[in-house]
Amino acid sequence: MDGYAAPQFADIETYLDSQLKKSLLRFITCGSVDDGKSTLIGRLLYESKMIFDDQLASLKNESKKFGTQGEEIDFALLVDGLAAEREQGITIDVAYRFFSTDRRKFIVADTPGHEQYTRNMATGASTADLAIVMIDARKGVLTQTRRHSFIVSLLGIRHVVLCINKMDLVDYDQATYDRILAEYRDFAADFGFESIQAIPVSALAGDNVVSNSDRTPWYDGPPLMEYLDTVEIASDDAGKAFRMPVQWVNRPNLDFRGFAGQIVSGSVKAGDAVRALPSGKSSKVSRVVAMGGDLDEGVEGQSVTLTLEDEIDVSRGDVLCADKQPAEVSDQFQATMLWMSDSAMLPGRSYVIKMGARECQMQVTEEKYRIDVNTRAHEAGKTLKLNEIGVVNIALDREVAFDPYEDNRRMGGFIVIDRMTNETVGLGLINFALRRASNIHRQAMDVSKELRASMKGQKPVILWFTGLSGAGKSTVANIVEKRLAAMGKHTYTLDGDNVRHGLNNDLGFTDADRVENIRRVGEVSKLMVDAGLIVLVSFISPFRAERRIVRQMVEEGEFWEVFVDASLEAAESRDVKGLYKKARAGEIKNFTGIDSPYEPPQAPEIHLETDRLDPEAAADLVIERLDAAGLLGG
Amino acid sequence: MKTLTHLDRLEAESIHILREVAASMQNPVMMYSIGKDSSVLLHLARKAFYPGPIPFPLLHVDTTWKFREMIAFRDALKDDPQTDLLVHINQEGVEQGIGPFTHGSSLHTDVMKTQGLKQALDKYKFDAAIGGARRDEEKSRAKERIFSFRSAQHRWDPKNQRPELWSLYNTRIKPGESVRVFPISNWTELDIWQYIYQENIDIVPLYFAAERPVVERDGILVLVDDDRLPLEPGEEPMMKQVRFRTLGCYPLTGAVESSASTITEIIEEMLRTTTSEREGRAIDKDAPASMEMKKQEGYF
Ligand SMILES: Nc1nc2c(ncn2[C@@H]2O[C@H](COP(=O)(O)OP(=O)(O)O)[C@@H](O)[C@H]2O)c(=O)[nH]1
Ligand SMILES: [Mg+2]
Repeated sequence: MDGYAAPQFADIETYLDSQLKKSLLRFITCGSVDDGKSTLIGRLLYESKMIFDDQLASLKNESKKFGTQGEEIDFALLVDGLAAEREQGITIDVAYRFFSTDRRKFIVADTPGHEQYTRNMATGASTADLAIVMIDARKGVLTQTRRHSFIVSLLGIRHVVLCINKMDLVDYDQATYDRILAEYRDFAADFGFESIQAIPVSALAGDNVVSNSDRTPWYDGPPLMEYLDTVEIASDDAGKAFRMPVQWVNRPNLDFRGFAGQIVSGSVKAGDAVRALPSGKSSKVSRVVAMGGDLDEGVEGQSVTLTLEDEIDVSRGDVLCADKQPAEVSDQFQATMLWMSDSAMLPGRSYVIKMGARECQMQVTEEKYRIDVNTRAHEAGKTLKLNEIGVVNIALDREVAFDPYEDNRRMGGFIVIDRMTNETVGLGLINFALRRASNIHRQAMDVSKELRASMKGQKPVILWFTGLSGAGKSTVANIVEKRLAAMGKHTYTLDGDNVRHGLNNDLGFTDADRVENIRRVGEVSKLMVDAGLIVLVSFISPFRAERRIVRQMVEEGEFWEVFVDASLEAAESRDVKGLYKKARAGEIKNFTGIDSPYEPPQAPEIHLETDRLDPEAAADLVIERLDAAGLLGG
Repeated sequence: MKTLTHLDRLEAESIHILREVAASMQNPVMMYSIGKDSSVLLHLARKAFYPGPIPFPLLHVDTTWKFREMIAFRDALKDDPQTDLLVHINQEGVEQGIGPFTHGSSLHTDVMKTQGLKQALDKYKFDAAIGGARRDEEKSRAKERIFSFRSAQHRWDPKNQRPELWSLYNTRIKPGESVRVFPISNWTELDIWQYIYQENIDIVPLYFAAERPVVERDGILVLVDDDRLPLEPGEEPMMKQVRFRTLGCYPLTGAVESSASTITEIIEEMLRTTTSEREGRAIDKDAPASMEMKKQEGYF
């Protein structure tokens, strides 16, 4: 009944030569659990005579033992190869299976339907050209159907076969089929699929798998196998600009220096001008080297070795590109990520990223939004948990060559690796480069104040506690710092004591020294703000002018004057360190409030009236204000 | 412009994988089992690094029960300046006199092959072992990644494999851990033969039919390769036109009756055959999940 793998040939040589011209099609089966994915693949293998007698015999045996079909053959067991899968009757990880027709060789990835194994489904989808989306005709479009279709579309698969399966269980009813198809087309409308071919099948009974079934006379499309055999998957990678990530620099001796890699798009010939990225150095290809003799041309998909006319510096991870159409170069991107680990993605944490042949460090600097996989609604979020998809900004520790994923899958896809466990924890697709400050010098772009701060999940600020000696500046600052630390914020406290003993131990209490004292403290605070810290400074700082100096050193909004307001009587009555007593006795000169004025702030960001508020309540107020101003990262 | 055939694409993928191993692992080795898959793998490695030498050694774990023709074929490689061949034998096993007849096939395979392999990997501190296993060989292989992670105890955890996206392989491991790498994962037996035909690759003559002395045991034709094969009472070696679809330890590998004496005849025979390649191997038959169990324990 079929013209597939059982070959009819007159002479083997002719046959072999025709076999050598086969093309390759990679596809996946996906959809919800129990929709019949594994059964369908088992059926395809069986029908294309890929199952040998001994395998069939052991399949029959196992079907009785583990099968879900009574005495009948359970084709899913052909694919569900792990012991745990066979025992539980489910698919846990991708299985790769192979079959061929006279025209094509197929690599099928059978993917698991359970949500918890989504990463395995993505593994299968990442290399596929086409997806078979399975639907159980009795159940219609389910959550996992949507989820998988979304991931399929995200990963850039443009051709979908919608197998509406188990038609035997709905009496081969056309209305059911039509309804499901309409529903699917509706929700997949904006997925960017170039084709959706729907086929009513019974994976179990074989209807419309290799030949059209009498039981669906209303269906006039091709059976599945014929469709797979003939569908045109125009990969336009060959027609795109030349790109080859350099995997290996081949230097067997001083006379040969070749750059080995797989051409991910376009083609290359001797004489072509190429540019190495990110360095931007150009040269010409002198040879396309291969073991059997040099090639006239290297094309998309081929693994080649190129030699160049000039001795330009090219190493592993660089990308050779068509000189006139080079890839982009950046170190900051917006990307869509799918998280694949039980430990959530944390912005600011340092991960390893691998794209092309390049590995470097990366951080998520900001999560723009999370995508609800079912509704595709955007949600605010700070992290990504297992199987969640989000759009994020990322920063790398160096520049890399890339193309947006949409334009070039292998130039825009990356994986994320945990530095501690070495697990692959995420996958990402580059949407575009972020160049918010293209005029800023590279050194400044490298790791910016914004990056350092967002790594810490906060905005930097100087909290300048000013007030009389004994007003409670250090006490309140201390409590505020403890609260911040408990929230995971990064802080540092500068107060008169730790600064006077070190940095400023050469300064006394003359007016000039006081100004210099404040200037230095201001500069140190500014550096700390640049480092992304929340800096708490407790300084009497009695003069408005000197506080203004510091305010002007940093950017708007980064200096908060916190007026710790206590009356002289109250402060003097506390006199914790006995200083007022000494000042009154004339043992200390220029003591603020006694023989030197205190100029209270006129418009402090925070005014703490310590006669009314106890230190805890005062600290609460400070935290509240910081939070309200969005400095604590929400 | 040239359009690539399925073999071109498989070849390119395999070469890409081999270069990733060489570039990103500290101390890789290529397992060389002398069979046709090893011959293909070796050919791919030559292509990947041409005109340079293959940047990692080959390792043969010799169980001491291989066919003599295999050993002769292997030893010819010792003169090849592009390759560096290591041979490891589990000496403890030899001292204990372990063999398939005295100790049974599973114990023999475990000690001489699995343990021997682990010894060699530990001895040379290889952090990546490239192997010629294919996903179409066996159902748990169909589930395995191309870069397949192994714990410091060489164990495979099939339920917890690293996702493998596009052709981006995560090659990072901690000290003591290792990876097994399978560059020809996506090839089928037919692809292998077609490629051997297309590229004119040298293989062990045992794959071609010839008159050979065999005895029949439990339905399997065993080659009388040397005088270590204990003949049962009344058992007489007979000359038969046979060949091997797969090669291993001779007492554990069944021959098939065949007249295919060229690559094209082999392919022709293969296309008409109705049994799988591994059927001739005794090792898989013990229990349904036996390959998966063996792999978890560190078998390739
Ligand atoms: N009646 C009927 N049952 C089917 C059909 N396809 C699959 N099944 C059964 O549905 C169950 C789930 O199949 P399986 O292939 O494991 O689903 P998967 O989870 O999508 O891989 C098994 O019991 C199959 O035998 C079909 O077309 N008709
Ligand atoms: Mg399944």
